[in-house]
Amino acid sequence: MTSATAMSAPSDTQTQSSDNIVEVRNITKFYGSDIHALDSVNLGFPTGQMTTLLGPSGCGKTTLLKIVAGLLEPTSGEVFVKGKQVTGPGPERAFVFQDFALLPWATVLRNVAFGLELTHKPKAEREEKARHYINEVGLSGFEEKYPHELSGGMRQRVGLARALAVNADVLLMDEPFSAVDEQTRRKFQEDLLHLLSVEKKSVIFVTHSIEEAVYVSDQIVLLSPRPGRIHSIIRPEITRTANPDDIRRDKVYLDIVEEIWNNLRKYLD
Amino acid sequence: MTLFGYRIPPAYSLLIWIALWEVVGRLELAFILPPFSSVVEQLFILLQRPDFHTAALLTLKAFAIGMVIAIIGGITIGFIMGRNRMANSILGMWVNIFASAPLSSLVPVLMLLFGLGQTTIIVTVVLFSIWIIALDTYAGVRHISPSLSEMGHSFGASRWQLLSKVLFWAALPEILAGVRMGLIRAVKGIVIGQLLVSVVALGRLFRTFSDNFQFEEFWALTLILFVFALVFSSLVGWLEHKVEYYAGSRI
Repeated sequence: MTSATAMSAPSDTQTQSSDNIVEVRNITKFYGSDIHALDSVNLGFPTGQMTTLLGPSGCGKTTLLKIVAGLLEPTSGEVFVKGKQVTGPGPERAFVFQDFALLPWATVLRNVAFGLELTHKPKAEREEKARHYINEVGLSGFEEKYPHELSGGMRQRVGLARALAVNADVLLMDEPFSAVDEQTRRKFQEDLLHLLSVEKKSVIFVTHSIEEAVYVSDQIVLLSPRPGRIHSIIRPEITRTANPDDIRRDKVYLDIVEEIWNNLRKYLD
Repeated sequence: MTLFGYRIPPAYSLLIWIALWEVVGRLELAFILPPFSSVVEQLFILLQRPDFHTAALLTLKAFAIGMVIAIIGGITIGFIMGRNRMANSILGMWVNIFASAPLSSLVPVLMLLFGLGQTTIIVTVVLFSIWIIALDTYAGVRHISPSLSEMGHSFGASRWQLLSKVLFWAALPEILAGVRMGLIRAVKGIVIGQLLVSVVALGRLFRTFSDNFQFEEFWALTLILFVFALVFSSLVGWLEHKVEYYAGSRI
């Protein structure tokens, strides 16, 4: 396990840009004139890895994710995806929403294919792709069901399948499991890791759960609150080939959870 | 409703009122209220009269044209108000005033503006129904969870796609509730409009019947209008029921 401090100078990140699929430079965000959500954040997200933004509420982690997604405009600063500056949403990034954001009037099949429907892919092609990813997330047989007929965990699987179906390089996940119960969440985390090892995606993941962050991440970015700044970056070197239950009992895993907790507890009052 | 300790289904309570009407009618207490049975008898005769056919067709035509304008206009106004804060502050007050104002008083002015014909009737239908449709659509649009818009944006939806594939459907339960209310108001509007203009369509028939003390015919015509309004509103109610399942699951 190694702990590194934040990389700050743009010149540093430039040299690394070949391994970073997403980079943010000097991102500052104000809401109105007085709420300072993010303060000159510089960060690189390595290609093919899972980076987690972790921190107490009010640290701007969701704000940073939405800026990367192009859903929010930063007050100042730039976002680069695959070396190109972006100012809005794009097909190389796909978002998974905390509240799922499914179309309640559409079947699972149409929901998963929705991203492809928006880009005018022919119906047969998009349904074939959608069926493939519905199967990948373990929902085959539910194609013709409506979201209200599914449990919370299953709804988020639909959200994940929709993001995978557009074949973006980067998945942006905003507290995807927070509206899901604990047992479902664990199973979902395991399935997600398995799926990502097959799909070779780069993931930016926002969570407030330390255990979840350590369990799923290659790189954890700790943010400090008001204004949001990078506190530290931690790379948990956990061998993920082991059985999930062993990982959760692993000494390295538990030590990192403890270290992060010690870093964050001072922000709680 | 309960009577002597027995629960009576709503449909039967209607029967009781009809029975009461029949009894009062047969007692000949008031000449404006003939017995129900003779009204029904007159209704079937009326349904076969050619002057009723022309009147009904003209009325239906005005109603349909007015409703189409009101639905399209109302939904458009509601969406503009719901999506644009400035438009809301400009339009909101007027829509609210018109939605609650006694519009019947405007019909004479409309007669001056549009003459004594179909146009006035159509405008009356629109005026009676458009505001409630706009208000309900507005409520529906405000109800849409922001993450649905974000979802559309992040998957690359154009403005039109966002509107036609996401926002319209998300607001549909409220829009349909508005359309149902609008339909009921439009029936009111068309009756009031035609009664006031009273030289065209059903209004003329109403006028003729009441001027000649033909109260069987008068009530028969009223019954037809009631049934018509009821059928229409339950039709939209049925549509509403079909989208109800997702109204609660949008949050």
